[in-house]
Order: sequence, then structure tokens, then C-alpha cells
Amino acid sequence: MTLTTNIQIFSSPLNIQSSIDWIMSPESGGIDVFIGTVRNATKGKRVIRLEFEAYEPMAIAEMEKIAKQAFEKWPVQKILIHHRTGILEVGEVPVLIAVSAAHRAAAFDACRFIIDTLKQTVPIWKKEIFEDGEVWVAAHP
Amino acid sequence: MKIKILAFGIAKDIFGTPSVNLELTNDATVYNLKYLLEQRYPRLKQLASYMVAVNNEYALPGDNLHERDEIAIIPPVSGG
Repeated sequence: MTLTTNIQIFSSPLNIQSSIDWIMSPESGGIDVFIGTVRNATKGKRVIRLEFEAYEPMAIAEMEKIAKQAFEKWPVQKILIHHRTGILEVGEVPVLIAVSAAHRAAAFDACRFIIDTLKQTVPIWKKEIFEDGEVWVAAHP
Repeated sequence: MKIKILAFGIAKDIFGTPSVNLELTNDATVYNLKYLLEQRYPRLKQLASYMVAVNNEYALPGDNLHERDEIAIIPPVSGG
């Protein structure tokens, strides 16, 4: 049996090439890959690094729900969602999403839906560390 | 009943520990739990919002809690 989802949380760097190798298949006509990267500034303030924390069993369950919804909404073939935990420096990759489909429109739409929904529902938290302090993102109004 | 509550992100900072134990009545709901926690940790009320998860699912205020449930405080998420 070929698995159609690959959802994991890692405390070590994500492997982009092996993720693309996993999502490739002869049936696919297009693959969309979203790579989230650590940016060096927030609202003009220099970011030193980020720290990610996950409630892992629930985060996996929520990501599986998102993948299931994507399969229901679009004719996509495989979905990969990998997320990091721990300390990440500028330029590192906290999240990697890959979607394959026979035709590109479904892959584009599903990929965007997955990252947008992940940011709203998956219990993972990001702390921004600045030169003069740190803050949990989105915690306060 | 005695329940254990897991805390993540800023909730862990507010509690000062990754988990706390609370004594609740046997018919306690998520709403009751939030009320009790906010009495003990008033900084929870300053958050943009926070949810309670029961057994890895987002719970509603009226949901009942049970002794062996896995309960977690979910402050606003910010993954990705």
C-alpha cells in the first residue's frame, strides 16, 4: 500500500530533497512545495532566532485533519506536512508542505489551504527572540 | 476529582511549570476549569484568547471533564 500522507514533527533540520522524493510519483502532473523560513525581522525589529514548541500528539492529529479536508476539497494525490520544534536560526526551515496532484490548480489550492489552516489550528507556538527580549507570537491582543 | 493540566507556550510561562494539578468537582466543565484557572493565574485573562483541549481535541465550554482526561491549555497558536 502506498501512503498518501506523511505528517511528522522533527526536532532536527527538515530534509527538503527527501520530502520531494517522497511526494514524486508517476501519476503526478504537478507538485507544490511551500517552505517556511525564519525571517530576520518582525515589524522592523531584528530577530535573532525563533523557538518552536509543539503539543505533539494533538499537533499531529490536527495536521491529519487538515490533510483529510484537503483530500475532500481537491483531487490531490499525496500530502506531506513536516514541522520543526526547537531553536531555529534565521534562514532555517520551520515548516515544509508538499502536495502532488494530476493537475497544478489542485496542488496550488490545497498547499495554500494547508499552510493557512495550519497557522490557525495546529497547537504549535513560536517565540521570537530579539536583541533586547523575547515574545510568544500572537499571545496578546 | 483531581485533574492534571498541561500548559504550552505562554501558558507554561504563566503557570511557571509545564503542568499543574487541580481539584475539581466530578461534574466540572471546561467553563468551570477556565474560571478556576483565571482565579489562580489572572494573567490568563490578558491573552488574546485561549482554548482548552481534552484528549487532543479542542473542547467547548460546556464539555464535561473526567478524571483521566488529558487536558491542555492552548494559547493562541503561532506555528508555520
